[in-house]
Amino acid sequence: MHPITVEYLRWIVLLPLGGAAFLGITNRRLPTVVVSLVASLTVLGSFLLSAQAFFALRALPTAGRLLTDRVYSWMPVGDLRIDVSFMVDPLTAVMILFVTGVAFLIHIYSIGYMKGDRGYQRYFAYLNLFVGMMLILVLSDNLPLLFVGWEGVGLCSYLLIGFWFEDLANSAAGKKAFLVNRIGDFGFLLGMLLIARTLAGKVGGENLFSFAVMAQHTSLLAPVATAIGLLLFMGATGKSAQIPLFVWLPDAMAGPTPVSALIHAATMVTAGVYMVARMNFLYVLTPTAMAVVAVIGALTALVAATIAVTQDDIKKVLAYSTVSQLGYMFLACGVGAFGAGIFHVMTHAFFKALLFMGAGSVIHALHHQQDMRYMGGLRSKMPVTFVTMFAAMLAISGVFPFAGFFSKDEILYNTFLDSKVLWAIGYAVAGLTAFYMTRLLALTFFGKSRVDEEHVHEVHESPLSMTIPLMVLGVLSLIGGWIGWPHFLGGSNRFETWLAPVFRHGMEGEAMAHGAENAVHASAAAHAALAHGAETAVHAGGSTELALAVASLALALLGIAVGFVVYLRRLDVAEAARRAAGGRLYWLLKGKYFVDEIYEALIVRPGYWLSDIVFFRFTDAGLIDGVLVNGTARSLGILGSVLRLLQNGMLRWYAYSFTLGVLVILFYLVRHL
Amino acid sequence: METIANHLLSWVIFLPLAGIVPLLALPRGADRSAKSVAAVILLLDFLLSLKLLAGFVPGGGFQFVEDHLWVERFGIHYSLGIDGISLWLVMLTTFLGPILIISTWNAITTRVREFMVSMLFLQTAMLGTFCATDMVLFYVFWEAMLIPMALIIGIWGGKRKLYAAVKFFLYTFAGSALMLVAILYMYSQGAGSFSWFAFRDLHLTGTQAAWLFGAFTLAFAIKVPIFPLHTWLPDAHVEAPTAGSVVLAGVLLKMGTYGLIRFAIPFFPSAAAQFAPLLSTLAVIGIIYGALVAMVQKDVKKLVAYSSVSHLGFVVLGLFAMSTESMAGAMFVMLSHGLSTGSLFLLVGFIYERRHTRLISDFGGIARVMPLYAAAFMFATLASVGLPGLSGFVGEFLVLLGTFKSVTLHHATLFTVLAATGVIFGALYMLWMYQRVFLGDCENPKNQGLKDLGLREVLILVPIFFFILWMGVQPKPWLKSMEPALEALIEQQQQALSASGGSEALRWVEITPATSLEEVQR
Repeated sequence: MHPITVEYLRWIVLLPLGGAAFLGITNRRLPTVVVSLVASLTVLGSFLLSAQAFFALRALPTAGRLLTDRVYSWMPVGDLRIDVSFMVDPLTAVMILFVTGVAFLIHIYSIGYMKGDRGYQRYFAYLNLFVGMMLILVLSDNLPLLFVGWEGVGLCSYLLIGFWFEDLANSAAGKKAFLVNRIGDFGFLLGMLLIARTLAGKVGGENLFSFAVMAQHTSLLAPVATAIGLLLFMGATGKSAQIPLFVWLPDAMAGPTPVSALIHAATMVTAGVYMVARMNFLYVLTPTAMAVVAVIGALTALVAATIAVTQDDIKKVLAYSTVSQLGYMFLACGVGAFGAGIFHVMTHAFFKALLFMGAGSVIHALHHQQDMRYMGGLRSKMPVTFVTMFAAMLAISGVFPFAGFFSKDEILYNTFLDSKVLWAIGYAVAGLTAFYMTRLLALTFFGKSRVDEEHVHEVHESPLSMTIPLMVLGVLSLIGGWIGWPHFLGGSNRFETWLAPVFRHGMEGEAMAHGAENAVHASAAAHAALAHGAETAVHAGGSTELALAVASLALALLGIAVGFVVYLRRLDVAEAARRAAGGRLYWLLKGKYFVDEIYEALIVRPGYWLSDIVFFRFTDAGLIDGVLVNGTARSLGILGSVLRLLQNGMLRWYAYSFTLGVLVILFYLVRHL
Repeated sequence: METIANHLLSWVIFLPLAGIVPLLALPRGADRSAKSVAAVILLLDFLLSLKLLAGFVPGGGFQFVEDHLWVERFGIHYSLGIDGISLWLVMLTTFLGPILIISTWNAITTRVREFMVSMLFLQTAMLGTFCATDMVLFYVFWEAMLIPMALIIGIWGGKRKLYAAVKFFLYTFAGSALMLVAILYMYSQGAGSFSWFAFRDLHLTGTQAAWLFGAFTLAFAIKVPIFPLHTWLPDAHVEAPTAGSVVLAGVLLKMGTYGLIRFAIPFFPSAAAQFAPLLSTLAVIGIIYGALVAMVQKDVKKLVAYSSVSHLGFVVLGLFAMSTESMAGAMFVMLSHGLSTGSLFLLVGFIYERRHTRLISDFGGIARVMPLYAAAFMFATLASVGLPGLSGFVGEFLVLLGTFKSVTLHHATLFTVLAATGVIFGALYMLWMYQRVFLGDCENPKNQGLKDLGLREVLILVPIFFFILWMGVQPKPWLKSMEPALEALIEQQQQALSASGGSEALRWVEITPATSLEEVQR
C-alpha cells in the first residue's frame, strides 16, 4: 500500500520556525503582546495540524498508517539521495502531539514567568526555534534530517541554558551541554556513516538513510548491527543524558525554569529514546547492543536516583530525577519493550514538565530562591502549585491510577521477563524515586516556613497564565496513563496497540535473532499477537504482572510514607543516615560521585596541557617554526653572506648562473629518472 | 556586446586589472573615491560573472573556452576555460571582491590608492589562476598573486608585518619554483605544448610521475597549507589587514586545494593514489592538530587562522579519498570555508577597528553592549562548527561519508574516525572563545562603550550569511553542477590505475607511506 501524501506536514515544522525567524529578525522592536501571540499561536497551529494528522492516521487501516510529505531533495551526490522529507506514523503521531501540546502549555506559562525580562523577545524566538527543530527531529523520515533536528535542539538548548549570559556560570553550563552532546554526536555521525557504507549501491537509488528503506534491508545491516547500534546509542547517551555523558543535564538547570521543563525534561532529552525506538528494526538484530542499552539505562537510573536523594537545590533534584527516569526509558528499549519506553516518554513529559513548572512557580514566588532548605510551609500560600505538584509526585512515584503507574509498571514487567537483576535495580529505583520526590514535596510545602523574613509575606500564588498550564498537566498526570490501561486490569492497552505497527519489525527481527528454527514459529506468533491486539500473549503473564504491580505499588507507598515521616517528624533519622558509614556515602552522593572532577582531571586538563605545551609551544612554535622554518632561513642567511661575494651586480652574471642552475637540475633529473 | 560574450572569461578576469587605470587617474588623497571606484569595478565584475553562472552547462566539460596562440615556438597558449570544479571558485572570488573593498572603508587609511591597486591586481591574478588551461599562463597568474598579497601584508599589516610578508613570500615562492621545474620537465618529455590537456595525457613512468607529483604537491601543500607546512599562515593572518586575511582565507588557501584537484591528481593519477595514505595522514593530523592548537590561542585572529588548518584538512582528506561524495564534499568545504571563515575574519576586523586589540582576555561580556555583533558572530561560529542546516555541515558530512566508503584509500575507516573527532574539537575551540569574548559580565570599562554594528557592517555580512544558509538548506544546485566534472575525474583516475597494470597498481597501493619515498628514490 502506498503511503498517503499530505502537504500540511511541512507546516507543522514551518510554523514555529517561521515564528522564530520573525521574532529573531525583528528583535526587541515588538510589543510584548505581539511577541507572546506570535510565539504561542504558531505552536498552537502546529498542535492543531498534529491533531489533524493524528485523526487522519487513525482513520486509516492499521497496516497502512503512514502519511508522508516529501519536500525536496537535499543532498544528492553520486549514489547518495538524502531528502528533506517528513512522515507521520503512529510513533511520530504520539511524539508530535505531546511535543506541541506540552510546548504550547509552556509557551503560555512562559508569558507569565518571563514577564518583564529584557530578553523577552529573544527568549520566545529561541523557544519557537526549539519547537521547530524538535518537530524536524520527530517528523523526519530519514537519519540525516533527524540529525538536523538533533543538532538544532542542541543549539537551542545551548542558547537557552546560557540565556542569562551575564552570569558566566550559565554560559559555561550551556557550552558544556553543547560539547558533551557533540561527543555523543561523534558516535551518531559514525553510526550514520556505517549505515551508508553498508547499504551504498544496494538500495536501488533510494534514500538509504530513510527509515523505511533501512527497515527493508535489515538482512544487509545485520552483520554490522551491533556497531551501528552502539554508535547511535552513543549519540543517545549525550542527548538523553545517560552514563557516561549525563554530566551536562544537571548544569543545564542554569536556564530559565520553563526551559528546563520543556527541553530538559519533557522533549529534547527524550530524543535519544525516540531515536532508539525509531531504529527498533536495527536494535532487535543485535542482542549485544540491546543489552548495553538496557544495562546503561538501569545503571543511570540507579546512579541518578541516589544523587537526587541528597541534593538541596529543588531543580537539581528534578534534574537527577529526569536522568533517572530517562534511564528507565532506555531500560525499556533495551529489553525490547519499545512501546513501554515511548509510553513512559509521554507520561514523563506530563508529570515532569509539571514538576519543573511547579518548581518554577515556587522559585518565582520566592525571588529566585532554589534551595529547599529555605523553603517549607508553602502549601497554604500556593494551593494550586501544591496540589498539582502533589499529583505529579504521585504520578512519578507510580501510584495507581496516576499516569506514571502504568508506564513504569509496563517497563518493570517487561524487564522482569528479560532479566531479574535489571528488574531488581529498576524496582529499587522506584522506591528511591518515591522517597526523594516526597522529600522534595515535604521540604517545599510542608512543615514550618524557612523562607527568609524579608520575602515571607510577599509569597503568593502565581498568575493564571502559569497556574492554568499546571492544572492542565495536573489532570494529564492523572489520566494520561489510562490510554495504556493494561489487560490484566481489564483494559485493552490501546497505546500499545496503536504503536504495534511501528514495532512490528522489532518483533519479527527479534524472532530472527533467536535462530532459524524458532524464527518461523516466533514470527508467526508475533503476527498472531498483532492480529489479536497482543491479547493472547499478555494473558499468560497476567498473574505475574499483577503481582509485580502490587509489589511496586507497595514499595512506592512505602517510599512516600518513609519520606513524609523522616522529613516531617524524624529529621534526626535523616541526620543519622547522613553520618552513616562515617559520612562517606553521603559525601560521595552529595558530591555526585565526583564525575565532573574525574573528567576534569583525566581529560580536560591533560588535553589542554597537551595542546598548549606539547603541540603549540613545543611542536608548532619550537620545532616546526623555530628549528625547521626559521632555522633553514638562518642557515641560508649564513650561506648567503658567503655567497655575497658572487653578488657583483652584473646582470649577465645573474642570468648565467640562473640558467646554469636550471640546467644542473634538469640534467640531474634526466640522468636519474 | 558580442566581444564580451565571446571573451566572457577574459572580461571577468581582466576587468579588475583595467580598473587600475581610473584609479591611477584619481588625484592623490581622494581616498573615498578610490575605494568607491574599486568597489564599483568589483561589483561590476561580480555581475559579469553571473553570466558565467547563467550560461554554465553542468557536465559540459570546459566552457567559455578561449584559445589564442601566445608564444608559438614553445606552444604556449593564452587559453582559458572553466568546468564544474573552477566555476564556483570563480564565483566565490568575484562574490567576495566588492565585500572586501567595502570592509576597508574605515580600516585602510594610508596609501589607499595603492591598496586598491593591489587588491584589483590580486583579483585578476586569482581569477586567472582558476581559469587558465595553459600551464605557463597558469604559472604566470599563480606567481602574480604573490606580489600584491605580500605587499598587502608588508605595507598595511601589523607590528611584525615585514617578517610575515617575507615569510609568506619565500615559503610560497620556494614551492612554486619546484613546480616550475616540474612544468618545464614535463614539457621536455614531449608534451608538445603547455596545454593542460597535453600535460594530462602525457605518458610518464611511475618514477617520473612520483617525482613530478611531489613537486606539484609540495607547491600546493604549502599554499593549503598542509601540516607541517602551515606555520606561515598564522603569521600572515595575524599581521595582514582584515581585507588581506579575508582574501587569504577565502580564496588564496583554495589555490592549494584547487591545484591538487586540477593538476596534481589528474596529471599523476597513480602517484596520487600511491601518496594518498601519506597525504590523508597529514590531512587528519591537520584536522586534529589545527583544532587543538587553535584552542589554546590567546589572539582571536590566530585562533581563526589555525582553524583554517583544521578545515582545510577536511578538503585534502576528501580529495585523496577519491570518491564522488568525498570530492564533492571537499569542493563544498572549500566554498563554505571561504564564506564562514571569511566572515569570521571580517567580524574580528570589526572589533579590532574599535578596540585595537584582538586578545581574548581583553574582552568578555560584550554581548550585552553589542548584541547584534554577538548574534552575527554566533551565526558565523555555528557555520564554522558545521551545524546542520548551514553550509559547513554539508561539506564535512560528505567528506566523511565519501572517505568512509572510499575503495581506493587504505585505512579509510581509521582516517574517517579520526577526522570525525573534528566535530568535537571544532565546537570546543569556537564556543570556548565565544564564551570568553561575548558572555559573562562586561567588566572591562573599555568595552562598555563599544558601538554595535553599523549599517555598512551589516550590509557586508548579510550576503555572506545568506549564502551560508542557502548552501546549507539547499546544496543541490552546487552539488549538481560540480558532480559531472568530479565523476569524469574519478573515472579517468580509475582508468589510469587499471591501465598501469594490475600487479603494479597493487604494488603502489600496498606501499606504506613511510617506505614509499625511499623505494621511489631507488
